[in-house]
Amino acid sequence: MLHVDPEQVTRARDLARRITGAVMPFIEAHTTTAIERAVVRLFGVEGAGPDGVPLPNLVVSSLQEGGGLGRGAAFWLANGCARTGRTPQALAEEVAAGRLDLMQLPLLSEAEIRAEAQRLARAALERIHRNRRTREELIGRYGERPSPWLYVIVATGNIYEDVVQAQNAARQGADVIAVIRSTAQSLLDYVPEGATTEGFGGTYATQENFRIMRRALDEVSEELGRYVRLTNYASGLCMPEIAALGALERLDMMLSDSMYGILFRDINPKRTLIDQHFARMIQAEAGIIINTGEDNYLTTADAFEAAHTVLASQFINEQFAHRSGMADAQIGLGHAFEMDPELEDGLLYQMADALLSRVCFPNAPLKYMPPTRFMTGDIFMGHVMDAMFNLTSVATGQQIHLVGVLTEAIHTPYLHDRFLALENARYVFNNARHFAAEFQLVPGGRIERRAADVLAGAVALLESIAETGLLQAIAAGVFAGIRRPPEGGKGLDGVLPRSEDYLNPFYDLCRKGGGAA
Amino acid sequence: MSRVILPYGDTTGDGAVQLSFTLPVAAGPAAREAARQICLRMNLENPQVVAMRDLGGGYTFFIVYARATQGVDLDELRVPEARVPNWSREEVDRIVAERIGRPIRVVGACTGTDAHTVGLDAILNMKGYRGDYGLERYQGFRVWNLGSQVPNETLVARAQAVEADAILVSQVVTQKNVHLANLTELVDLLEAEGMRERVVLVCGGPRITHELAVELGYDAGFGPGTLPSQVAAFIVQTLLERADGPDGTAGRR
Repeated sequence: MLHVDPEQVTRARDLARRITGAVMPFIEAHTTTAIERAVVRLFGVEGAGPDGVPLPNLVVSSLQEGGGLGRGAAFWLANGCARTGRTPQALAEEVAAGRLDLMQLPLLSEAEIRAEAQRLARAALERIHRNRRTREELIGRYGERPSPWLYVIVATGNIYEDVVQAQNAARQGADVIAVIRSTAQSLLDYVPEGATTEGFGGTYATQENFRIMRRALDEVSEELGRYVRLTNYASGLCMPEIAALGALERLDMMLSDSMYGILFRDINPKRTLIDQHFARMIQAEAGIIINTGEDNYLTTADAFEAAHTVLASQFINEQFAHRSGMADAQIGLGHAFEMDPELEDGLLYQMADALLSRVCFPNAPLKYMPPTRFMTGDIFMGHVMDAMFNLTSVATGQQIHLVGVLTEAIHTPYLHDRFLALENARYVFNNARHFAAEFQLVPGGRIERRAADVLAGAVALLESIAETGLLQAIAAGVFAGIRRPPEGGKGLDGVLPRSEDYLNPFYDLCRKGGGAA
Repeated sequence: MSRVILPYGDTTGDGAVQLSFTLPVAAGPAAREAARQICLRMNLENPQVVAMRDLGGGYTFFIVYARATQGVDLDELRVPEARVPNWSREEVDRIVAERIGRPIRVVGACTGTDAHTVGLDAILNMKGYRGDYGLERYQGFRVWNLGSQVPNETLVARAQAVEADAILVSQVVTQKNVHLANLTELVDLLEAEGMRERVVLVCGGPRITHELAVELGYDAGFGPGTLPSQVAAFIVQTLLERADGPDGTAGRR
């Protein structure tokens, strides 16, 4: 319904392809401690060693200290398994107990090790594909939900309390439940173990917590006769590991952005770019829908002035996702309803921006985020702003709709806050369901002009990034006005060159570089 | 003369209040009566349950109108507020140039677990808030905005490294009063480092009042709606007062 110059869209996409392509040789020449730990987890290793340190960390750091990590954890584990006939879990426990040094075992032939690694990886991928089929079967049985999907957050800190809140939210109409992580988990260089009952502003992402919530949502899905999706956050220093756990435990969506960690968590840019490539490759296999974090740009920058940075970033995120083998239907590009409520015709500009993303990414399940910046604690005004957001979402064909709650900026939602927010959204969606089909935009009118401006700004920005290179652009503060130098931030010490005989069977087995369905 | 006031609906003294809350009981006549009784126990008169919504799972949400009966005497109230001169940005810049002679160094952060930088950015970012430019825009300020989820230790180290004159801390979203622990810990750290007296220490956020801030050991606390120029004026005024004090050294280094 929005007309934009298709050549400009093609130009933007080509530029983003060039920008991401330019960093791929770097990505493909390196691995990280987090990727290697993800491999260990995918091989089925779970649990913690003596001091509560997770086994994958113990295995990977022993290889790093021994100077062997550049060959890949898969290489040493596969050799160990084939040599001893034991499982990766058993070997990891031996390593943790100090009874085994994987690098001291005599090496089998290269071909034997490769074959064993492939066998272990295939077992992991079979489990992941089984999860994918289970999801598809359940959705087939219950029927898919109409979009926009209502996405609701729970964040009590206690996984068992989260279960109560999540099941309740589902009964009130939520289609997607996101369990917010404990604050600053993104900066932990390990994934905690077990069920957790204490967290700040959220609940730790652990494999056991994933299982508990998955079970609870399957239960309530059956009760309600519709599939309730589970979401968690794969950003941070453990992005590949958490992506792997999400794939193993049938999460349906994951926050997974190619640059968010760099910009908003000050994680080293190189680390993040390498990590996101692997994380998204596993998510691609699992049929997980990723959510990207462009909405965050608008919490620091002005939504009217910085819309072109959101669009440019969406193109970059899309191209990185394609390079990990993701299909368009898995790429939930993010944006937000964050304009100043005092702006005249602000609603029209919000609609223009939302439609522009819709037109540029016709098959992507766009993730639309509610107002936060101008939510003041006046819950009545906030409720009205959320209604405008809801209208914009349904009128512009957004798919993943994070439900705005009137008490934003006051506290994590109370039971009735969430109820009122869901009621607001359901009312507006139902009342305006076919809005888009009934209205046409005025050619050359405010909305078209605005969209053309934003698109032109995004193309110009992508041109300058293509010129300087992505890492330099991030260092120069192109996104969200935040400057992150390539050598700065957390986690650079976990980046290492792959040796020539690096082995990671997942790179070989997973689909790559296509965007094929 | 006492000035006793009550909440106002449409008639002076009517005491009209609106409440909303949830009770852990399924909707029905007993739930409605329970909601009314809760209001009566709050010393509210004539509570009328205008909406009763079943939330499922044995919870019910109520909207109630009632009359407050206990007035408040305005003359008996004591509300400490930060004394802030009414200076424009130009005036602040001129005063800093003339009387301090170098830009004032400000470090700001959302500390601890807080990821909400809205308030901090409103005060510090160039763009500011409601047409009032942020401190970055001032000639008289040099600003380090450390962003969200900054550990108190990092903030103190940074303040030390840049020889900060003022530290701004923002706390927006909290859970189980973690913001109070964060704020207290910062004061303790500054005292341990011997820095507390050398900096103007200011906190802000929707739960912050000046009284609370002072109680926690801050020089000032600012709530919602505060403009950047108010914070700027407070910092400059406090630095000048300290400079004019007995040791008179807070200005030039």
